[in-house]
Amino acid sequence: MDFEPTEEQKMLVEGVRRFVREEIVPLEEKLDPDASELPPEDHQRLVEKTKAMGLYGIDIPKQFGGPDIDIVTRTLLAIEMSQHRGGLYVPCYGTFGGAGLAQLFEANDEQKEKYLFPTLRGEKKAFFGLTEPSGGSDPARAIRTRAVRSGNGWSITGRKIFISGADRADYGIVFARTAPEQGREGITCFIVDKGTPGFHVRRVVHTLRSSSYATELEFDDCKVTDGQILGELNKGFAIANDRLSRQRIPYAAACIGVAIKAQQMAVEWSKMRETFGARLSDRQAIQWMLVDNEIDIRTARYFTLAAALKARANQPFRTEAAMAKLIATEGGGRVVDRAMQIHGGMGVTKDLPLERWYREMRIRRIGEGPSEVQRMLIAREILGSKAR
Amino acid sequence: MHQRLDKPWIELTGETAARLPGQLGVYQIADASGRIVKIGTGDARQPFGLRSALQAELATLGPGHRFRVEINQMYRTRWAELLMVHRADHGELPSGNAADGARLGVLSPS
Repeated sequence: MDFEPTEEQKMLVEGVRRFVREEIVPLEEKLDPDASELPPEDHQRLVEKTKAMGLYGIDIPKQFGGPDIDIVTRTLLAIEMSQHRGGLYVPCYGTFGGAGLAQLFEANDEQKEKYLFPTLRGEKKAFFGLTEPSGGSDPARAIRTRAVRSGNGWSITGRKIFISGADRADYGIVFARTAPEQGREGITCFIVDKGTPGFHVRRVVHTLRSSSYATELEFDDCKVTDGQILGELNKGFAIANDRLSRQRIPYAAACIGVAIKAQQMAVEWSKMRETFGARLSDRQAIQWMLVDNEIDIRTARYFTLAAALKARANQPFRTEAAMAKLIATEGGGRVVDRAMQIHGGMGVTKDLPLERWYREMRIRRIGEGPSEVQRMLIAREILGSKAR
Repeated sequence: MHQRLDKPWIELTGETAARLPGQLGVYQIADASGRIVKIGTGDARQPFGLRSALQAELATLGPGHRFRVEINQMYRTRWAELLMVHRADHGELPSGNAADGARLGVLSPS
């Protein structure tokens, strides 16, 4: 891979780096160590700043009002946006906006008016309802939620778990089996509004990511219309799968950003801290940890940018995205772990962000497809598509 | 983990607050009639977590209240859960949490 950022990319990266350093980090110091949101007035003030920077809604396609920034540049910026305490899961606390549910770009005109545009304007919130208690790594086989014909519409019955934001969402997209005998060709994606009879957010699911919770949903004879089908009947899994592949590049980029910040902290600490009459940075054991960190970071950056370059060139990038996700999440975990070790007792306190990154980075090896699934995808590329 | 706190209530006094651990967690405060008036956290910004939080509540509310705590590292998400369950059970938030409603979701606990 031959990649050197353009002057424009360097300028954008520097702008976001300054934004994180001057706007996000000072605010974060006043928040709870596990905070996931800024105070509303600060959030709105910073949204105005990102709009003035021309970077608000950077994931939104140009035809829907986005700033038309390519995926390679977005990857470089995502690496910068995550370099603060809450950055792994809430980069810059959402002040750069987002595309919401990218699946809605495929919606019909009526659905776009009702759901997509209000979501892009920040007026509506949505959830993504795919994973079920029966399993999340292989959703095509694990989905037990059923949608059966009921009058002119459909009746959905089943459960979903690990669903973020469903309790605060105005609507969600929910995957249900509509033709059980057809496997992955028998899954349909429905848009379900909050308050629809039979749709319940039953409980909070607490995880290592204690800054935010997931929820468990129940659908009990939840009635929806044909007009609430997103895309085509029985073609829902392709919608889910496309999202999972695309999401892996920014997912990897956020891990790289946190790893870079953890490494910076470890380097600074090792130059300052003395034990037994010498600086930590003078000790080979510490030097080797810092070297291993640097190799993990550069390897992850290389593979993630390689995936982004292929995606930008409209070439198949599924294998590259799987490699990026695998390497960045596993390498990022190692970097944070070593940085914590170098910091000693301070590394495990809530005084520093390392303990939050340590917990949250562990989830990254599972979320958006666990490491084993990424390896399986890569193995298929090596061995042929029939490999299982 | 149960969705609702069901530990016995303890009288909120200087002595009982001082005996609390300095750990992180959540708490509920009830008035003399048993009505929950506040759900809060002993968070990482307070010097002694739950102990500091309940001592601050005592200073604000004065005597005549009871409390119960749950030590919990996931105090932020547990706090939100307790508030949502309370609203589902009672139709409103505790009076001391009136300002917290805007950012809460809606649960339909079983």
